[in-house]
Amino acid sequence: MMIATSSILTTQALQVQPAKGQARVSFIGSRSILLEAPGEFDLAAQRWIWALSQIAGAWSDVAEVIPGMTNLLTILKETPESPEAVVDRLLNAWDNASSVDLVGKTVEISVHYGGEYATDLAALCDFSGLSDREVVRIHHEATYRVFALGSAPGFGYLHGLDARIYMPRKTVPSIKMERGCVTIGGMQTGVAMLTGPNGWNSIGYADLQMFDPSAATPALLAPGDTVRFVPARIEL
Amino acid sequence: MIEIIETGPFNTVQDLGRPGYRNIGVTAGGAMDPLALQIANVLVGNADSLAAVEVQTFPFKLRFLGPSVFAVAGVDGCPLLNGRELLPWCANLANEGDVLELSAPPRLARAYIAVAGGVDVPVLMGSRSTALRGNFGGVEGRPLQKNDRLSIGTQVNHLPLPASGLAVIQPSQAMADVFEPIVDGVLQIRAIPAGEHHLFADDAEAFWSQIWRISSRSDRTGYRLSGDPIKPTEVVEMRSHGVVPGVVQVPPGGEPIIQMSDANTAGGYPKIAGVIEADLWRLGQARAGGKIRFVRSSHEEARRIEQTVARYVEDIRQTVPMVKRALNALT
Repeated sequence: MMIATSSILTTQALQVQPAKGQARVSFIGSRSILLEAPGEFDLAAQRWIWALSQIAGAWSDVAEVIPGMTNLLTILKETPESPEAVVDRLLNAWDNASSVDLVGKTVEISVHYGGEYATDLAALCDFSGLSDREVVRIHHEATYRVFALGSAPGFGYLHGLDARIYMPRKTVPSIKMERGCVTIGGMQTGVAMLTGPNGWNSIGYADLQMFDPSAATPALLAPGDTVRFVPARIEL
Repeated sequence: MIEIIETGPFNTVQDLGRPGYRNIGVTAGGAMDPLALQIANVLVGNADSLAAVEVQTFPFKLRFLGPSVFAVAGVDGCPLLNGRELLPWCANLANEGDVLELSAPPRLARAYIAVAGGVDVPVLMGSRSTALRGNFGGVEGRPLQKNDRLSIGTQVNHLPLPASGLAVIQPSQAMADVFEPIVDGVLQIRAIPAGEHHLFADDAEAFWSQIWRISSRSDRTGYRLSGDPIKPTEVVEMRSHGVVPGVVQVPPGGEPIIQMSDANTAGGYPKIAGVIEADLWRLGQARAGGKIRFVRSSHEEARRIEQTVARYVEDIRQTVPMVKRALNALT
């Protein structure tokens, strides 16, 4: 197994870096490398991941980079002759990456809170000890950032959920959750992009086309975008 | 043009997939056995990237609505053209109205029918592959249905096919020295330990030593394995991260899932291992009920196998046009 940690910078002692900490690196198969940022699930860590993504994405031996939630998967074009050298290169890039703030657009998503699609609102009230009205208010008053896209075409993982309405993923997923459900999964929130099994908790519904495979830019959301949920209707 | 006369569910148009969009949540997709697809394309004189029909539920029948050069690769067992047995892994000529029939293969899972010119459905995000998650690509984003008619592209600079057809030695035979034959029905799949392997402690050994069965709840997205559950010594809450086909994740129940061609693009279950990319085509030919055992591999071995496969494909790519020219010169 390959678990490597970041080495301490000695040659660039004058360059002041915020404390980034040691990244964890592991392989998936023989040519995909996952680098996980240490520390909190926060915007600072994600900004370094965005920076690393731009650096590694430009390397000639890299086929694809996939930013996740404070982590980055780098897919190489072929199995490297020296995996250690690639890991070192990635860790060096992590150590040296400056914080990047992606300048995104602001997307307002109109939401019907409560009602027939809010299948988990009652459970969330029980879990949080808040009333349904409070849960909805806390959800739509926050401002969110798109950290990464993944899981389903165009699905944006949103950061910025108020800790009072964190809700663990369900141990038994809903068999068929509708596309458009506004959901909470742990400390993340997002809008379901596909109808199907889903472990997140639904509190409302948004009727918005967020993915079009024939468009020049197929996904509406991009990392760095700001998202606001605007209540079109609250049905409690 | 070809017309589908009979099909099971979940047969689709596939090419080599649409890598490059996982960062917006779009799976790469593409053929479950990309090697067979490539060889079928080379046999009929197509570029590797052209689309073919992937058949994974049988029986399957299609009619050629015009004269066509075609090849069937991937499975064992012989395709029938108008009821006459053909060699597998062989390019043949079909006349207008001819019917190609594939019955359930003896052991393997997926057949690729390539036609000279390629199946011509619209290219979406760089590929003609059907994305069943998201319902786009291929034919209206759905599996093939009876009476579907598929256009075939026009082939430029094609060499006529010898009347006797043209066959290749299939990969499992041609590269028997690097791909161990299936013994007692157990397919050996090479993998490299992944990020959370250490969390499984003693259960990690149980993962490598036991024979897993591919459950019936398996499809192009992933194979669920059944066997003695393995559990990590501690439960870690992982942040969602990108995954690729071949990743072996262990959900709370303890029975691993291998993500396949239509892999989810992100995941958060602990990863015990990752199948080496060069073995994915063999896994793509394994079917529900089949048995597999994981064998610890290394980057060095993975690279060697990758290069062997690349040489095999390149050899065929060089040889096919040479043989066509030589045989055509004789007639």
